[in-house]
Amino acid sequence: MPWDRNQMAARAAQELEDGMYVNLGIGIPTLVANYVGDKDITLQSENGMLGMGPFPFEGEEDPDLINAGKQTITELARTSYFDSATSFGMIRGGKIAAAVLGAMEVSEKGDLANWMIPGKLVKGMGGAMDLVAGVGRVIVVMDHTNKHGDSKVLKECTLPLTGKGVVDRIITNLGVLDVTNKGLHIVECADGVSREDIVKATEATIV
Amino acid sequence: MKKVYGTAAEALDGLLHDGMLIAAGGFGLCGIPELLIDALVDSGVKNLTVASNNAGVDDFGLGKLLATRQIKKMMSSYVGENAEFMRQYLAGELELEFNPQGTLAERMRAGGAGIPGFYTQTGVGTQIAEGKEVKVWGEKEYILEEGIFADLSIVKAWKADDTGNLIFRKTARNFNPPAAMCGRFCVAEVEEIVPRGSIDPDHIHLPGIYVHRLIQGAHEKRIEQRTVRKREDA
Repeated sequence: MPWDRNQMAARAAQELEDGMYVNLGIGIPTLVANYVGDKDITLQSENGMLGMGPFPFEGEEDPDLINAGKQTITELARTSYFDSATSFGMIRGGKIAAAVLGAMEVSEKGDLANWMIPGKLVKGMGGAMDLVAGVGRVIVVMDHTNKHGDSKVLKECTLPLTGKGVVDRIITNLGVLDVTNKGLHIVECADGVSREDIVKATEATIV
Repeated sequence: MKKVYGTAAEALDGLLHDGMLIAAGGFGLCGIPELLIDALVDSGVKNLTVASNNAGVDDFGLGKLLATRQIKKMMSSYVGENAEFMRQYLAGELELEFNPQGTLAERMRAGGAGIPGFYTQTGVGTQIAEGKEVKVWGEKEYILEEGIFADLSIVKAWKADDTGNLIFRKTARNFNPPAAMCGRFCVAEVEEIVPRGSIDPDHIHLPGIYVHRLIQGAHEKRIEQRTVRKREDA
Protein backbone atom coordinates (compact mmCIF):
# COMPACT_ATOMS: atom_id res chain seq x y z
CA MET A 1 0.00 0.00 0.00
CA PRO A 2 1.37 3.43 -0.87
CA TRP A 3 1.70 5.81 2.08
CA ASP A 4 -1.17 8.19 2.86
CA ARG A 5 -0.68 11.86 3.76
CA ASN A 6 -0.06 11.13 7.42
CA GLN A 7 2.38 8.30 6.71
CA MET A 8 4.31 10.57 4.35
CA ALA A 9 4.43 13.23 7.05
CA ALA A 10 5.57 10.66 9.61
CA ARG A 11 8.34 9.51 7.26
CA ALA A 12 9.43 13.14 6.71
CA ALA A 13 9.54 13.65 10.49
CA GLN A 14 12.24 10.93 10.65
CA GLU A 15 14.48 13.31 8.67
CA LEU A 16 14.49 15.83 11.51
CA GLU A 17 17.08 15.60 14.25
CA ASP A 18 17.06 16.74 17.83
CA GLY A 19 17.91 20.42 18.19
CA MET A 20 17.06 21.41 14.62
CA TYR A 21 15.43 24.67 13.56
CA VAL A 22 13.05 23.73 10.76
CA ASN A 23 10.61 25.39 8.36
CA LEU A 24 7.55 23.41 7.32
CA GLY A 25 5.61 24.39 4.19
CA ILE A 26 1.85 24.42 3.70
CA GLY A 27 -0.14 21.18 3.17
CA ILE A 28 1.34 17.76 4.00
CA PRO A 29 4.55 19.38 5.36
CA THR A 30 2.46 21.05 8.09
CA LEU A 31 1.44 17.58 9.32
CA VAL A 32 5.10 16.71 9.96
CA ALA A 33 4.86 18.61 13.27
CA ASN A 34 2.48 15.91 14.55
CA TYR A 35 5.17 13.21 14.24
CA VAL A 36 8.37 14.67 15.71
CA GLY A 37 7.78 12.77 18.99
CA ASP A 38 10.30 13.55 21.74
CA LYS A 39 12.73 15.32 19.44
CA ASP A 40 13.45 18.92 20.39
CA ILE A 41 12.50 20.68 17.15
CA THR A 42 11.94 24.44 16.83
CA LEU A 43 9.59 25.40 14.00
CA GLN A 44 10.14 28.63 12.13
CA SER A 45 7.26 30.51 10.57
CA GLU A 46 8.76 32.82 7.98
CA ASN A 47 6.38 35.67 8.74
CA GLY A 48 8.50 36.26 11.83
CA MET A 49 8.47 33.60 14.52
CA LEU A 50 10.59 30.80 15.96
CA GLY A 51 8.88 28.30 18.23
CA MET A 52 5.52 27.90 16.53
CA GLY A 53 2.87 26.26 18.71
CA PRO A 54 -0.37 24.40 17.84
CA PHE A 55 -3.70 25.94 16.81
CA PRO A 56 -5.37 27.89 19.65
CA PHE A 57 -8.36 26.64 21.60
CA GLU A 58 -11.67 28.01 20.37
CA GLY A 59 -12.13 31.55 21.61
CA GLU A 60 -8.39 32.11 22.14
CA GLU A 61 -7.52 33.08 18.56
CA ASP A 62 -5.28 36.14 18.35
CA PRO A 63 -5.32 38.13 15.08
CA ASP A 64 -1.72 39.20 15.80
CA LEU A 65 -0.51 35.60 15.92
CA ILE A 66 -0.60 33.68 12.64
CA ASN A 67 1.64 31.35 10.69
CA ALA A 68 2.86 31.73 7.10
CA GLY A 69 -0.38 30.09 5.90
CA LYS A 70 -2.27 32.92 7.67
CA GLN A 71 -3.75 30.43 10.15
CA THR A 72 -4.20 31.36 13.80
CA ILE A 73 -1.59 29.61 15.98
CA THR A 74 -0.12 29.86 19.49
CA GLU A 75 3.26 30.58 21.03
CA LEU A 76 5.42 28.35 23.20
CA ALA A 77 7.76 29.05 26.13
CA ARG A 78 10.67 29.19 23.67
CA THR A 79 9.00 31.51 21.14
CA SER A 80 10.66 34.61 19.71
CA TYR A 81 9.29 37.15 17.24
CA PHE A 82 11.15 39.24 14.67
CA ASP A 83 10.55 41.17 11.47
CA SER A 84 10.48 39.73 7.94
CA ALA A 85 13.97 40.98 7.01
CA THR A 86 15.45 39.23 10.07
CA SER A 87 13.38 36.13 9.34
CA PHE A 88 14.72 35.78 5.83
CA GLY A 89 18.17 36.78 7.03
CA MET A 90 18.24 33.58 9.08
CA ILE A 91 16.91 31.63 6.10
CA ARG A 92 19.33 33.16 3.60
CA GLY A 93 22.15 32.92 6.14
CA GLY A 94 21.82 29.14 6.37
CA LYS A 95 20.69 29.09 10.02
CA ILE A 96 17.60 26.98 9.29
CA ALA A 97 18.70 23.35 9.16
CA ALA A 98 15.93 22.01 6.93
CA ALA A 99 12.78 22.88 5.05
CA VAL A 100 10.01 20.40 4.25
CA LEU A 101 8.05 21.63 1.24
CA GLY A 102 5.35 20.48 -1.14
CA ALA A 103 5.93 20.41 -4.90
CA MET A 104 4.17 20.31 -8.26
CA GLU A 105 7.26 18.86 -10.00
CA VAL A 106 10.80 17.80 -9.07
CA SER A 107 13.55 16.94 -11.54
CA GLU A 108 16.36 14.39 -11.27
CA LYS A 109 18.79 17.32 -10.94
CA GLY A 110 16.95 18.55 -7.85
CA ASP A 111 15.11 21.36 -9.62
CA LEU A 112 11.86 22.26 -7.87
CA ALA A 113 8.67 23.77 -9.29
CA ASN A 114 5.97 24.64 -6.78
CA TRP A 115 4.81 28.21 -7.28
CA MET A 116 3.12 28.79 -10.59
CA ILE A 117 1.13 27.25 -13.43
CA PRO A 118 1.34 29.76 -16.32
CA GLY A 119 -2.07 31.06 -17.40
CA LYS A 120 -3.85 29.15 -14.64
CA LEU A 121 -2.50 29.74 -11.20
CA VAL A 122 -0.81 33.03 -10.42
CA LYS A 123 -0.48 33.20 -6.67
CA GLY A 124 3.19 33.84 -6.11
CA MET A 125 6.21 32.14 -4.61
CA GLY A 126 5.88 33.60 -1.13
CA GLY A 127 9.00 32.54 0.76
CA ALA A 128 9.64 29.32 -1.16
CA MET A 129 12.44 30.66 -3.40
CA ASP A 130 14.28 32.08 -0.39
CA LEU A 131 13.87 28.85 1.57
CA VAL A 132 15.19 26.52 -1.12
CA ALA A 133 18.14 28.84 -1.77
CA GLY A 134 19.09 29.24 1.87
CA VAL A 135 18.26 26.33 4.16
CA GLY A 136 20.66 23.48 4.87
CA ARG A 137 18.55 20.64 3.52
CA VAL A 138 15.47 20.70 1.29
CA ILE A 139 13.05 17.78 1.66
CA VAL A 140 10.12 17.58 -0.74
CA VAL A 141 6.95 15.74 0.26
CA MET A 142 4.39 15.10 -2.49
CA ASP A 143 2.40 12.47 -4.34
CA HIS A 144 4.53 10.60 -6.87
CA THR A 145 2.03 11.17 -9.68
CA ASN A 146 -0.65 13.78 -10.40
CA LYS A 147 -4.37 13.12 -10.56
CA HIS A 148 -4.03 12.06 -14.22
CA GLY A 149 -1.42 9.47 -13.24
CA ASP A 150 1.48 11.41 -14.79
CA SER A 151 4.80 11.35 -12.96
CA LYS A 152 5.73 14.44 -10.95
CA VAL A 153 9.32 13.17 -10.72
CA LEU A 154 10.77 14.26 -14.06
CA LYS A 155 13.96 14.48 -16.10
CA GLU A 156 13.26 18.21 -16.46
CA CYS A 157 10.57 20.33 -14.83
CA THR A 158 8.01 21.75 -17.25
CA LEU A 159 6.69 24.45 -14.89
CA PRO A 160 8.54 27.65 -13.89
CA LEU A 161 11.20 26.80 -11.31
CA THR A 162 11.28 27.75 -7.65
CA GLY A 163 14.94 26.76 -7.46
CA LYS A 164 17.57 24.99 -9.54
CA GLY A 165 19.40 21.99 -8.08
CA VAL A 166 18.04 22.64 -4.61
CA VAL A 167 16.22 19.43 -3.57
CA ASP A 168 18.11 16.88 -1.46
CA ARG A 169 15.47 14.25 -0.76
CA ILE A 170 12.02 13.43 -2.16
CA ILE A 171 9.41 11.65 -0.03
CA THR A 172 6.38 10.49 -2.00
CA ASN A 173 3.48 8.12 -1.40
CA LEU A 174 5.63 5.40 -3.01
CA GLY A 175 8.91 5.88 -1.16
CA VAL A 176 12.02 7.95 -0.54
CA LEU A 177 14.45 9.09 -3.25
CA ASP A 178 17.71 11.03 -3.01
CA VAL A 179 19.00 13.43 -5.63
CA THR A 180 22.53 12.42 -6.68
CA ASN A 181 24.91 13.65 -9.39
CA LYS A 182 23.94 10.70 -11.61
CA GLY A 183 20.19 10.67 -11.06
CA LEU A 184 17.73 9.65 -8.42
CA HIS A 185 18.59 6.94 -5.93
CA ILE A 186 15.82 4.92 -4.27
CA VAL A 187 16.44 4.97 -0.53
CA GLU A 188 13.29 3.26 0.64
CA CYS A 189 10.03 1.84 -0.71
CA ALA A 190 6.68 2.29 1.02
CA ASP A 191 5.23 -0.91 2.51
CA GLY A 192 4.09 -3.20 -0.28
CA VAL A 193 5.58 -0.95 -2.99
CA SER A 194 8.39 -2.45 -5.08
CA ARG A 195 11.39 -0.80 -6.72
CA GLU A 196 9.74 -1.60 -10.04
CA ASP A 197 6.55 0.23 -8.99
CA ILE A 198 8.63 3.33 -8.27
CA VAL A 199 10.58 3.05 -11.53
CA LYS A 200 7.31 2.70 -13.44
CA ALA A 201 5.84 5.82 -11.80
CA THR A 202 8.99 7.89 -12.35
CA GLU A 203 9.89 9.69 -15.57
CA ALA A 204 13.30 10.71 -14.22
CA THR A 205 16.43 8.57 -14.38
CA ILE A 206 16.78 6.18 -11.46
CA VAL A 207 20.24 4.87 -10.65
CA MET B 1 8.38 68.40 16.45
CA LYS B 2 4.83 67.18 16.79
CA LYS B 3 4.34 63.71 15.34
CA VAL B 4 0.93 62.82 16.72
CA TYR B 5 -2.04 63.56 14.45
CA GLY B 6 -5.76 63.21 15.09
CA THR B 7 -6.89 61.17 12.10
CA ALA B 8 -5.39 59.11 9.28
CA ALA B 9 -6.50 61.75 6.74
CA GLU B 10 -4.73 64.50 8.69
CA ALA B 11 -1.60 62.36 9.02
CA LEU B 12 -1.47 61.86 5.23
CA ASP B 13 -2.21 65.50 4.39
CA GLY B 14 0.36 66.94 1.98
CA LEU B 15 2.17 63.62 1.52
CA LEU B 16 0.23 62.16 -1.39
CA HIS B 17 0.63 62.51 -5.15
CA ASP B 18 -0.53 60.43 -8.10
CA GLY B 19 1.99 57.85 -9.34
CA MET B 20 3.84 57.57 -6.03
CA LEU B 21 5.54 54.48 -4.59
CA ILE B 22 4.14 53.36 -1.25
CA ALA B 23 5.63 50.65 0.96
CA ALA B 24 3.06 49.01 3.22
CA GLY B 25 3.64 46.76 6.24
CA GLY B 26 1.66 43.63 7.03
CA PHE B 27 1.52 39.93 6.22
CA GLY B 28 -1.82 38.73 4.91
CA LEU B 29 -4.27 40.77 6.99
CA CYS B 30 -2.00 40.64 10.06
CA GLY B 31 -0.43 43.93 11.09
CA ILE B 32 -1.73 45.91 8.12
CA PRO B 33 -2.19 49.69 8.33
CA GLU B 34 -5.94 49.44 7.85
CA LEU B 35 -6.79 53.02 8.89
CA LEU B 36 -4.21 54.56 6.56
CA ILE B 37 -5.39 52.34 3.69
CA ASP B 38 -8.96 53.58 4.25
CA ALA B 39 -7.66 57.17 4.21
CA LEU B 40 -5.81 56.48 0.92
CA VAL B 41 -9.09 55.24 -0.57
CA ASP B 42 -10.86 58.43 0.57
CA SER B 43 -8.03 60.66 -0.73
CA GLY B 44 -8.57 59.45 -4.31
CA VAL B 45 -4.79 59.37 -4.98
CA LYS B 46 -4.19 57.14 -8.02
CA ASN B 47 -1.69 55.30 -10.23
CA LEU B 48 -0.02 53.99 -7.11
CA THR B 49 2.77 51.45 -7.03
CA VAL B 50 2.50 49.53 -3.77
CA ALA B 51 5.25 47.36 -2.32
CA SER B 52 3.52 44.96 0.07
CA ASN B 53 3.96 41.25 0.66
CA ASN B 54 0.27 40.60 -0.07
CA ALA B 55 -2.62 42.52 -1.58
CA GLY B 56 -5.28 42.05 1.11
CA VAL B 57 -8.60 40.36 0.39
CA ASP B 58 -11.40 41.66 -1.80
CA ASP B 59 -13.03 43.91 0.77
CA PHE B 60 -10.28 44.52 3.31
CA GLY B 61 -6.77 45.92 3.41
CA LEU B 62 -5.15 46.77 0.08
CA GLY B 63 -8.04 44.99 -1.65
CA LYS B 64 -10.02 48.21 -1.08
CA LEU B 65 -7.49 50.22 -3.10
CA LEU B 66 -7.60 47.59 -5.84
CA ALA B 67 -11.40 47.73 -5.96
CA THR B 68 -11.25 51.49 -6.59
CA ARG B 69 -8.52 51.01 -9.25
CA GLN B 70 -6.13 53.33 -7.41
CA ILE B 71 -3.26 50.85 -7.71
CA LYS B 72 -1.36 50.60 -11.00
CA LYS B 73 1.28 48.14 -9.91
CA MET B 74 1.92 45.74 -7.02
CA MET B 75 5.32 44.48 -5.81
CA SER B 76 4.43 41.37 -3.81
CA SER B 77 5.37 37.76 -3.08
CA TYR B 78 1.92 36.20 -2.78
CA VAL B 79 -1.44 37.44 -4.02
CA GLY B 80 -3.51 34.25 -3.90
CA GLU B 81 -6.19 35.46 -1.50
CA ASN B 82 -7.68 38.14 -3.70
CA ALA B 83 -10.09 37.35 -6.55
CA GLU B 84 -10.36 40.96 -7.75
CA PHE B 85 -6.57 41.18 -7.91
CA MET B 86 -6.45 38.05 -10.06
CA ARG B 87 -9.19 39.37 -12.32
CA GLN B 88 -7.46 42.74 -12.89
CA TYR B 89 -4.09 41.07 -13.40
CA LEU B 90 -5.30 38.45 -15.89
CA ALA B 91 -7.20 41.20 -17.76
CA GLY B 92 -3.96 43.18 -18.06
CA GLU B 93 -5.33 46.07 -15.99
CA LEU B 94 -2.82 45.73 -13.18
CA GLU B 95 0.96 45.32 -13.23
CA LEU B 96 2.51 42.78 -10.92
CA GLU B 97 6.15 42.41 -10.01
CA PHE B 98 6.63 39.16 -8.11
CA ASN B 99 9.38 39.31 -5.51
CA PRO B 100 10.46 36.36 -3.39
CA GLN B 101 9.34 37.19 0.13
CA GLY B 102 12.81 37.46 1.62
CA THR B 103 14.05 39.48 -1.35
CA LEU B 104 11.16 41.91 -0.88
CA ALA B 105 11.92 42.30 2.83
CA GLU B 106 15.63 42.76 2.18
CA ARG B 107 14.98 45.24 -0.65
CA MET B 108 13.02 47.35 1.84
CA ARG B 109 15.62 46.99 4.58
CA ALA B 110 18.42 47.81 2.13
CA GLY B 111 16.60 50.88 0.82
CA GLY B 112 16.12 52.09 4.37
CA ALA B 113 19.81 51.55 5.11
CA GLY B 114 20.97 53.47 2.03
CA ILE B 115 22.02 50.34 0.16
CA PRO B 116 20.99 50.54 -3.52
CA GLY B 117 21.64 46.89 -4.33
CA PHE B 118 22.68 43.54 -2.90
CA TYR B 119 23.40 40.05 -4.20
CA THR B 120 21.38 37.01 -3.21
CA GLN B 121 21.11 33.35 -4.17
CA THR B 122 17.33 33.54 -3.97
CA GLY B 123 15.81 33.14 -7.43
CA VAL B 124 18.99 32.03 -9.23
CA GLY B 125 18.02 29.84 -12.21
CA THR B 126 14.37 31.00 -12.10
CA GLN B 127 12.21 33.59 -13.88
CA ILE B 128 13.11 36.02 -11.11
CA ALA B 129 16.73 36.11 -12.32
CA GLU B 130 15.84 37.14 -15.87
CA GLY B 131 17.57 40.38 -16.84
CA LYS B 132 19.42 40.63 -13.53
CA GLU B 133 23.19 40.84 -13.12
CA VAL B 134 24.79 37.57 -11.98
CA LYS B 135 27.93 37.40 -9.88
CA VAL B 136 29.84 34.32 -8.75
CA TRP B 137 31.36 33.98 -5.29
CA GLY B 138 33.13 30.71 -4.66
CA GLU B 139 31.17 28.12 -6.61
CA LYS B 140 27.84 29.83 -6.26
CA GLU B 141 25.84 32.27 -8.37
CA TYR B 142 24.11 35.30 -6.93
CA ILE B 143 21.78 37.83 -8.55
CA LEU B 144 21.67 41.57 -8.04
CA GLU B 145 18.53 42.91 -6.39
CA GLU B 146 17.83 46.60 -5.84
CA GLY B 147 16.92 48.42 -2.66
CA ILE B 148 13.44 49.94 -2.53
CA PHE B 149 13.26 53.67 -1.87
CA ALA B 150 9.60 54.49 -1.31
CA ASP B 151 7.98 57.93 -1.37
CA LEU B 152 5.83 56.96 1.59
CA SER B 153 5.67 54.12 4.11
CA ILE B 154 2.47 53.15 5.89
CA VAL B 155 2.80 50.79 8.85
CA LYS B 156 0.89 49.43 11.81
CA ALA B 157 2.37 48.94 15.28
CA TRP B 158 0.89 47.99 18.63
CA LYS B 159 2.17 50.80 20.79
CA ALA B 160 4.10 54.03 20.29
CA ASP B 161 5.34 56.86 22.42
CA ASP B 162 4.73 60.39 21.21
CA THR B 163 8.24 60.56 19.68
CA GLY B 164 7.39 57.67 17.32
CA ASN B 165 9.29 54.86 19.03
CA LEU B 166 7.34 51.72 18.11
CA ILE B 167 6.59 48.34 19.67
CA PHE B 168 4.97 45.60 17.63
CA ARG B 169 2.99 42.63 18.89
CA LYS B 170 3.71 38.98 18.03
CA THR B 171 3.68 38.15 14.28
CA ALA B 172 2.03 41.48 13.45
CA ARG B 173 5.59 42.88 13.28
CA ASN B 174 6.40 41.12 9.97
CA PHE B 175 7.07 43.62 7.15
CA ASN B 176 6.34 46.72 9.22
CA PRO B 177 9.90 47.58 10.33
CA PRO B 178 11.55 47.16 6.90
CA ALA B 179 8.60 48.94 5.21
CA ALA B 180 8.90 51.83 7.67
CA MET B 181 12.63 52.10 7.05
CA CYS B 182 12.50 52.34 3.26
CA GLY B 183 10.18 55.36 2.99
CA ARG B 184 11.32 58.95 2.62
CA PHE B 185 8.35 59.65 4.85
CA CYS B 186 6.67 57.19 7.22
CA VAL B 187 3.23 57.32 8.82
CA ALA B 188 2.42 54.79 11.52
CA GLU B 189 -0.91 53.83 13.03
CA VAL B 190 -0.97 52.25 16.47
CA GLU B 191 -3.44 50.94 19.00
CA GLU B 192 -2.10 53.10 21.81
CA ILE B 193 0.13 56.17 22.09
CA VAL B 194 1.80 56.58 25.48
CA PRO B 195 3.88 59.51 26.81
CA ARG B 196 7.63 59.45 26.21
CA GLY B 197 9.39 57.67 29.04
CA SER B 198 6.64 55.08 29.48
CA ILE B 199 8.37 52.49 27.26
CA ASP B 200 11.62 50.91 28.42
CA PRO B 201 14.16 52.07 25.78
CA ASP B 202 15.50 48.51 25.67
CA HIS B 203 12.10 47.25 24.54
CA ILE B 204 11.67 49.50 21.50
CA HIS B 205 11.52 47.54 18.23
CA LEU B 206 11.75 50.45 15.80
CA PRO B 207 13.28 53.79 16.84
CA GLY B 208 11.23 56.93 16.21
CA ILE B 209 13.80 58.26 13.73
CA TYR B 210 11.97 56.17 11.09
CA VAL B 211 8.50 57.46 12.00
CA HIS B 212 7.41 60.98 11.00
CA ARG B 213 3.72 60.96 11.80
CA LEU B 214 1.55 58.88 14.11
CA ILE B 215 -2.09 58.20 14.73
CA GLN B 216 -3.92 56.16 17.33
CA GLY B 217 -7.08 54.32 16.34
CA ALA B 218 -9.37 51.34 16.70
CA HIS B 219 -8.49 48.39 14.45
CA GLU B 220 -10.74 45.67 13.10
CA LYS B 221 -7.80 43.19 12.90
CA ARG B 222 -9.66 40.69 10.76
CA ILE B 223 -8.55 37.04 10.91
CA GLU B 224 -7.94 35.47 7.50
CA GLN B 225 -7.86 31.75 8.45
CA ARG B 226 -9.42 30.97 11.80
CA THR B 227 -7.96 27.61 12.84
CA VAL B 228 -8.62 26.15 16.29
CA ARG B 229 -8.35 22.88 18.21
CA LYS B 230 -11.06 21.44 20.40
CA ARG B 231 -10.50 21.56 24.16
CA GLU B 232 -10.99 17.80 24.49
CA ASP B 233 -7.86 17.37 22.33
CA ALA B 234 -5.76 18.71 25.19
